Amino acid sequence: MDDFKPILTARYGVENNQAISVAEQHGVYSVARRALTEMTPGQILEQVKAASIRGRGGAGFPAGVKWGFLRPQEGQSVYLVLNGDESEPGTFKDRTLMTRDPHRLIEGILCSCYAIGAHTAYIYVRGELAAAIDVLEAALKEARAAGYVGARPFGQDFPIEVWTHSGAGAYICGEETALLNSLEGRRGEPRYKPPFPANKGVFGQPTIVNNIETIQSVPDILDMGGDAWASLSRLERDGGTRLYGISGHVKKPGVYEAPVGITMRELIYGLGGGMLHDDRALKAVIPGGSSTPVLRPDRKVRANKKDHPLHQWHGLSEIDVPMGVDTYRALGTMLGTTCAIVMDESVSMVEACRNLMRFYKHESCGQCTPCREGGGWLVDVLDGLCSGTNRPEDVELLVDIANNMMGNTICAFAEGTAMPLLGFVRQFPEEFSAAAQSGLPKSTRLDDSTRALLGSAA
Amino acid sequence: MQPMAFALSPAREQQIALLLERYPTKRAACLPVLWLCQREHGWISPEVIVFVAERLDLSTAVVKGVVTFYTMFFEHPVAPNVVWVCRTLSCELRGAKAIQEHLENRLKCKVGGTSEDGKFTLLKAECLAACGQAPMIQINDKYFENLSLQELDDIIDSVERETELPTASLANETPAQNHGASP
Repeated sequence: MDDFKPILTARYGVENNQAISVAEQHGVYSVARRALTEMTPGQILEQVKAASIRGRGGAGFPAGVKWGFLRPQEGQSVYLVLNGDESEPGTFKDRTLMTRDPHRLIEGILCSCYAIGAHTAYIYVRGELAAAIDVLEAALKEARAAGYVGARPFGQDFPIEVWTHSGAGAYICGEETALLNSLEGRRGEPRYKPPFPANKGVFGQPTIVNNIETIQSVPDILDMGGDAWASLSRLERDGGTRLYGISGHVKKPGVYEAPVGITMRELIYGLGGGMLHDDRALKAVIPGGSSTPVLRPDRKVRANKKDHPLHQWHGLSEIDVPMGVDTYRALGTMLGTTCAIVMDESVSMVEACRNLMRFYKHESCGQCTPCREGGGWLVDVLDGLCSGTNRPEDVELLVDIANNMMGNTICAFAEGTAMPLLGFVRQFPEEFSAAAQSGLPKSTRLDDSTRALLGSAA
Repeated sequence: MQPMAFALSPAREQQIALLLERYPTKRAACLPVLWLCQREHGWISPEVIVFVAERLDLSTAVVKGVVTFYTMFFEHPVAPNVVWVCRTLSCELRGAKAIQEHLENRLKCKVGGTSEDGKFTLLKAECLAACGQAPMIQINDKYFENLSLQELDDIIDSVERETELPTASLANETPAQNHGASP
C-alpha cells in the first residue's frame, strides 16, 4: 500500500480548496464539463456499472444497479437525493468530503443528475453538521455564479438545481425512506417498501438516494474509466478506493483513503498507527459502524470447505480477511461504512454493548412495537445484568428479545440493533455469563485507558 | 393577557420565500422554517408552532408532531449556549464521561439542566460524527474536538467572558490523512 496514491482525497491537502477558483485549478469540474458535453447519460451509467461501486452508506448495494432501477413515466420528475445524515456511531467520513472538497461533491451531483435524468438534487445533511452545510451553501453559490448549477450547466439544455436540506437530530433519517419523509417536512419515520424510492420516492416521484461518498466517487470513475477505477480494488465485484475511518484505542484515529479490500489489521496497525497503548492488546473491533457485529482478533476464520467464500483465509484471524461487502457478510458481520471502533483489553464488552443499546433505544423512531419496546428492554436487561441481579437466564433473555425484533419491523433499524447485540453475546459469551452471575464492578468505565490523557484542569 | 404572536425579523422573513422555492410542496419547508424560527427565538414555543402552521398551511398538530420528533428542536427555553456532550461509544472510549463530569462540576448542573448563571444548558448527545476526534462537545453550531480538560475550561471561560469562541469545526478537524502522509 506504500505506493498508493489517493484519488478521492487527492485535494484534501490543498489550501482553500473550498474556493471554486482553487478547486478548478486542481481539476474540479473538468469531468462534469466533459460528461455533460461529450457523454450520453447511458455512457455514464455504463461506466458506473463497470466500476462496481458498492454504496458507501453501509448497505453496500451496487450503485449502478440502483440507478438502473429507474423507469420514470411520462410527466414524472426524477430526483437525486444525497444522504449526508452520517449518524452511525463510529462513522465520520462524509463530513470530510463535504467540508474539504465541496466542489467535487457538486461535480459528482452534476454528473449523476445528468446520468439519471434528474433536474433537482437535495443534499440532506444532519442538523448537527451546520458547519458542513455552510461550506456547501457557499460552494453552491459559487457554482451557480459560474453557471455550472442552474439553467444551463456547461451550456447544455439540462437544468440542474442543487439544494441543501438540514436535518434536526434523528439517526433514523439516515434510513432512506425516513430521510425522504424528513425532506418532505414530516416526522422521520421509515416507509413501507415497496414501493421503492426508484419508483415512488420524494414527493411521490422516482428518486435515487445515494451516500455522499458514492456520488463524490463518480467523477473519479468517469475520469479514469469504470474498469480502471474498479481495478484499484483488491476484490472482485466491489471496486475502487474508499474512505476508512478509525476511532477508539488507536494512535492515529482519523479518516484515510485506501483500496477496497484492505484488512482490518492493516487499518488498525497501518493507517491507524497501532494500538494506543503498546502494552494493551486489541480485544475487539466493531468494523463498520455500530450496527455491524463485533470482530474478535483471537477468533479464527472457520472455512474448511473448498467452496466456502472465505476458504482462502481459513485458519487466519478474523481481522485478516479483506474488507469487502461480500467477504464481511460471509464472516457473519457487515462491512457497513468501513469506519472501525477499536477497543483494547481494558474494555468490558457488556458495558460497550450497553452503551450502543442505549443509543438504539434513544434513536428508535417508535413506529414499530418490536423495535420501540425491544430496544428499551435490551437496555433494561443489560442494566440489570451490569448491576448484578444474579440471573444467569438474562443472557438468554437478551438473545430472545433480539431475535424477536429481527424481521418484524418496517425498516432495518431493528436488525441494526439486534445484530450487534447478538454479535457481542456470540463473540464474548464468557463476559455476559460472568456479568449475569455477579454484575460488573461498580468502577467499570469505558474510558479506563484514556482518562489520564485528558490531563487536569487548571 | 394574550400571548404575543410570533414574528420573524424582516431578514429571516425574506428567507422563507427563498426556502419555498426549493421544494414543490409548502410542507417540505417545515424543517428549514422551524430552524429559522429557532435561530430567532431560541426555542420552538407554542406561538412558533402556530406561526409555522399558518405559513405552511399545516395544522398545528402536524407541526408539533414534527417538532417532537427531532432532538435539536427545543420544546422548552434553553440557555444561550447549549452544550452537547457526545457519550456514544467512540467518545466514551476516549474519556467522554470524564468530560461530562467535569462540565457538571464546573457549571454546577447535571445533564439536562441549566447552569446557575443561566448561560449554559448541558445536554447529552448521541454520536455526533466526530468519532476520530474524540472526546468532543458541541456548543450551539460549533464542534470542539480532541478535548483535554484544560481546553474544555478555556472554551467555557471564553463563553463566560462572552468573547468569541475559539475557532471551531473546520479548523479543528484533523488534517489531511492519507496513507503515507503524517496527520
